[in-house]
Amino acid sequence: MNWAAVVAIYRFEMARFFRTLAQSFFSPVLSTSLYFIVFGTAIGSRIETIEGVSYGAFIVPGLVMLSVVTLSISNASFGIYFPKFLGTIYELLSAPINFLEVVIGYVGAAATKALFVGLVILATATFFVDIRIEHPFAMAAFLILTCLSFSLLGFIVGIWASNFEQMSLIPQLVITPLIFLGGTFYSITMLPPIWQTITLFNPVVYLVSGFRWSFYGLADVPIFFSLLAIAAFTGICLAIIWWIFKTGWRIRS
Amino acid sequence: MSTILSIKDLRKSYADGFEALKGVTLDIEEGEILALLGPNGAGKTTMISTICGITMPTSGQVTVGGHDILNDYRAARRMIGLVPQEIALEPFEKVINTVRLSRGLFGLGRDDARIEDILRKLSLWDKRRNAVKELSGGMKRRVLIAKALAHEPRILFLDEPTAGVDVELRKDMWEIVRELKANGVTIILTTHYIEEAEAIADRVGVINSGELLLVEDKDSLMAQMGKKHIEVMLAEPVDAIPEVLRHYDLTLNGAGESFVYSYDIHGERTGITSLLNDVAKAGLVLRDVQTRQSSLEEIFVNLVSGEQA
Repeated sequence: MNWAAVVAIYRFEMARFFRTLAQSFFSPVLSTSLYFIVFGTAIGSRIETIEGVSYGAFIVPGLVMLSVVTLSISNASFGIYFPKFLGTIYELLSAPINFLEVVIGYVGAAATKALFVGLVILATATFFVDIRIEHPFAMAAFLILTCLSFSLLGFIVGIWASNFEQMSLIPQLVITPLIFLGGTFYSITMLPPIWQTITLFNPVVYLVSGFRWSFYGLADVPIFFSLLAIAAFTGICLAIIWWIFKTGWRIRS
Repeated sequence: MSTILSIKDLRKSYADGFEALKGVTLDIEEGEILALLGPNGAGKTTMISTICGITMPTSGQVTVGGHDILNDYRAARRMIGLVPQEIALEPFEKVINTVRLSRGLFGLGRDDARIEDILRKLSLWDKRRNAVKELSGGMKRRVLIAKALAHEPRILFLDEPTAGVDVELRKDMWEIVRELKANGVTIILTTHYIEEAEAIADRVGVINSGELLLVEDKDSLMAQMGKKHIEVMLAEPVDAIPEVLRHYDLTLNGAGESFVYSYDIHGERTGITSLLNDVAKAGLVLRDVQTRQSSLEEIFVNLVSGEQA
């Protein structure tokens, strides 16, 4: 393994993040505050508690997931798409590194950034609602795995995309609807039975449910299925990346 | 000198069937400067890209310092630095950080003294904390060279290093190349500018339509294929070439004040002595005589047009 290269890519990518640290920090703080003002206070005050948890506190895990998932995808996809767009990818291709090292560098940096923002959101939320974390290790594991798996997906999107429009296609058309319909702002038990069944086909349900369980011990689906879902999703992303590595798809002609 | 880069029957076909390289075979000696000349689309960049790992070869074998570029790609690539044709740099990053990234990518730890040395040699030290986007085009090209040198390569590929660069900067670039050679770096450069090859190369390769037409020592190439021209300036202009001189195939210049005679310096007889005797017989008085050798450009144009014919 060429670890020096992995570290070099990671540091270079993180430097981009630190250049815009203020914006990386304040924009999630602002958007989380807005969510709490609108959903938590204005609408939430009219919603009863959900299984003993106030609505404001109930939506915190979903809000964290919403940001972490979208940021992981955008960080990783831009991370690898930018060198393609600028032409600087020549350097990655001509360096003594393999695809795995490139993936670890880019995905590691993208996941770190998303994790940072997730923690900022969590910290911001404590100013608005009381949060308890019943299973802190499970919470950390879910958060880190989500950052990593969706950064892997973002990396695939970045390799696949051949223009900026395509870059936003998957996040906007697929991920955002799945997140909003994945129990981020509600418990799926609040839905009519038929929709509860349909919702079970949405993989994000398992993520949000598992993550929320680590906070309040409340889950829409058994925790085992949540773990299985995120493991399967990570596995699928890794398999696709392995295939890209073998074939050089969209990278090496 | 030993062979540092060996290319055997290298072929590259793209998915659309276009054959960019049609079996190139070439050995490059350690420490030499080889200039690859060829028109647009000749296969120069494809050849470099394939050696450096940017595109995959269809068939053939390339070894760098004895390391196969596919089976032993890490060792092979560590020896190579590449300066691409297009200026491709992260615009918002500081100069020094982009150079550090390059060193890291090649598996080397941070070495500030080495980076400082490279940046100073390329007159970039004062700009090290500037964002790349703040630099001029010429400076950006220097950053590309600094990046390519960051891991101390033994072979440097310069793909059209002076395309779109003003004359002064081009001369600077040649100086940099000469210094690198003095430090033992083998240099392969592609160029459109014949004068560039003429000025700095030890050997010249001519590539066209994916085929290497020739590789020759620059001086012997010019000596072998070059024609010499002798321009005879007359004291009194003439209206036409005198009858006695017709068979020399002379070209009369301007208002008849001079004519040019071309000859092959490798021919058995150059014909100069008899020409000058016949000039005297024709009663012409010489004012001056001047000789000129064919440039690489003429050789190149002849080769490429001969190929296409």
